[in-house]
Amino acid sequence: MNRVTDVSALKEQYDLVVVGAGPAGLSAAATAAELGLSVLLADENPAPGGQIYRAVTTTPVQRREVLGEDYWRGQPIVQRFERSAADYAARTTVWTVGRTELMSGGEGFEVGVSADGQARLIDARHVILATGALERPMPIPGWTLPGVMTAGAAQIALKSAGIVPDGRVVLAGCGPLLYLLASQLQSAGANIVAVLDTTERGNALAAAGALPDFLLSPYLAKGLKLMLAARRKLRFVGGVTGLRAEGEGRVKQVVVERGSARETIACDMLLLHQGVIPNVNMTSAVGCEQVWDEQGHCWAPKLDAWFGASVPGISIAGDGAGIGGAESAALRGEVAALEAARRVGRIDEADRDRRAASVRATLARAMRGRRFLDVLYRPAKAFLAPKDAATVVCRCEEVTAGQLRETTRKLGVQGPNQMKTFLRCGMGPCQGRLCGPTVTEIIAEERGVAPAEVGYYRLRPPVKPVTLGELANLPKTEAAVKAVCR
Amino acid sequence: MFRPMRDPGAPAAAPLRFTFDGAPMTARAGDTVAAALLANGVSVNRHTPVSGAPRGAYCMMGVCFECLVVIDGVGNRQGCLVPLEEGMRIETQRGPRQAEALSQEIGA
Ligand code: FES
Repeated sequence: MNRVTDVSALKEQYDLVVVGAGPAGLSAAATAAELGLSVLLADENPAPGGQIYRAVTTTPVQRREVLGEDYWRGQPIVQRFERSAADYAARTTVWTVGRTELMSGGEGFEVGVSADGQARLIDARHVILATGALERPMPIPGWTLPGVMTAGAAQIALKSAGIVPDGRVVLAGCGPLLYLLASQLQSAGANIVAVLDTTERGNALAAAGALPDFLLSPYLAKGLKLMLAARRKLRFVGGVTGLRAEGEGRVKQVVVERGSARETIACDMLLLHQGVIPNVNMTSAVGCEQVWDEQGHCWAPKLDAWFGASVPGISIAGDGAGIGGAESAALRGEVAALEAARRVGRIDEADRDRRAASVRATLARAMRGRRFLDVLYRPAKAFLAPKDAATVVCRCEEVTAGQLRETTRKLGVQGPNQMKTFLRCGMGPCQGRLCGPTVTEIIAEERGVAPAEVGYYRLRPPVKPVTLGELANLPKTEAAVKAVCR
Repeated sequence: MFRPMRDPGAPAAAPLRFTFDGAPMTARAGDTVAAALLANGVSVNRHTPVSGAPRGAYCMMGVCFECLVVIDGVGNRQGCLVPLEEGMRIETQRGPRQAEALSQEIGA
C-alpha cells in the first residue's frame, strides 16, 4: 500500500478506483492490486476499517473483550490491503463520478476527489463503490436534542477515541447492533439504565418461516449469546410502542409508551438505532438504478451477479449493495474486483469464474439467516413514519412530520422530489441521508400506496459538499483552458 | 457527555491542546474534532440556520452534518471527519457559513 496524502500526487488514471475503506473496499482494492491492476482506494476517514472495523489499526481500546472478537477480524483484512500495491488516500472525499472518454482512449469515469481543501479530477477505467450503510433514521419527538445520538455514533466514539457515554445512558430501538452496542458499552463501563426494545411482537411469528435457515447461520451463536448476555445484566424493556426525548437544550428524560402504559426515565444520553440500510447517495447520484427491497424495507441498487450496477463499469460492493454484514462485505468486494480485473483485461472469464467459485460458496454461507433478522427486526410503522405532527423529519431544513403529511394531502404530492420544491426537505447539507427514508414512508402512508411507488430523492453530484474555492482551483486540462481562452 | 474509558493497556500519549469558543481544552492525539469535543463535555457545537436550535454530533460518520464547527476561521467543517491538531481554534457554528470567510477563500 502506498499512502497518498496530497491529491496532486495521485496518478492521472487508474484501472480501478475504489470508494470506501470498509471490509468491501479493502478487499476489493487488495484483490485487484494483487492481480496487477493499478488501484486507488479513497476514503473519508483518517484510518482504514470503515464503520464496522472503525480504527481497527489505531484504536486506543486495547482490552480485546470490550469490542469483541468480531471487531478484531478487521485486522487481517487491513493487513492484506497494506501488503498490496494499491494507492490509499485517507481523509479524501469523492464528490463526483461521471462517465467520460478517457485520455488514454475508451470509455471510463472521471472521479472528483478532494482532500485538505484541494480538489482534483482523475480518470478510472472501472469504479467500485463500497460506500456502505448508514443507520436507518429513527425520527422520534426530541431526537434533535443534544445528548441524543445514534447507537452507531457511540460505538464509533468508543472504537476510535476510547470514550464512553457519561452519566445515565438509555438505548432504544431494535436490531442486532443495538444489543451488540449495549454489551460493548457495558463492558467499557457505561452506566446503562435501560434498553428500550421497539421490536414488534408480531414480527417473531412472521420470522418463524425463516428460522430453519437462521439455525444454520453464523449469526446464531454470536447474536443470541450477545442478546442473552445483555438481557441478563441490563434492564430490558420490551414491547415499546412510543418514545419521546425531552429536555431544554439537551435531553433530560425519555418518555416510554407500552400500549397504554407510560413511564418516564431520566437520562443524560439517549442512543437510538433501528437497523442499517444501504447508503444510496453516491450510487444513485452516479446514475445507478435503485430498487425497493421489500425484505430489508429499504432502497438498494439493482445489481447483476458480479455486483455490477446498471451503469456499465460501476460495481457496488459491501452493505451499500444491500445489507449483508461485515463478513459478506469483504467477500462481495472480492467478487466485484475479479469482474473489474476481467473488464480491464487482466484476467479472462474462465480465470475470473474459477477464482470466484470458492468466494461465492463462503458468501452464501455468510448470508444465511439474513432473512430471519430482517423480518424479526423490521421497524414498527410508528418509528418509520412518526404520527406526532411536531416531530422533525428533515433535521437540516427543520421540516416536520405534520408539514409533510399536510402537504401530501392538500397539494396531492406524489413523491419526495415534488416535496422538496414545497418544503425544502432533503436540500440541506446531509442531502436527504437523514430524512429520505422517512419522507418516502410518510408520503406512502398518506397516499395509501407502497413506498416503492412513491420513490426516493433524485440525487445529483456533488454527493458531498465541495467549496467554490476548491472547484475554482481545480487543475485545468489543456483542452479545458483552450475551450474558454481564445 | 463522554469520558475516557478506563483501559490500563491503552498507550499514554501527550494530549493535544485546543480551544473551543475560547475555552482551553485537551484531548487525545488521534481523536477527531467531534470526539475531542464530546470527551470535553461539549454537547452543543452548532445552532441551526433555520430556527437557531442547538445541535450536537449525531452520527459520527460523516452523514448527518450535525457536527459542523468553525475551525481556525473556516466554517462548516465536519468535526467528525477532521483529526484534531495541536493549537486548533474551534468555534460554534452559528447559522450558515459566514460570507466573509467564503469570499476570502475564493479570493474575491
Ligand atoms: S456527526 Fe454526523 S456528520 Fe459528523
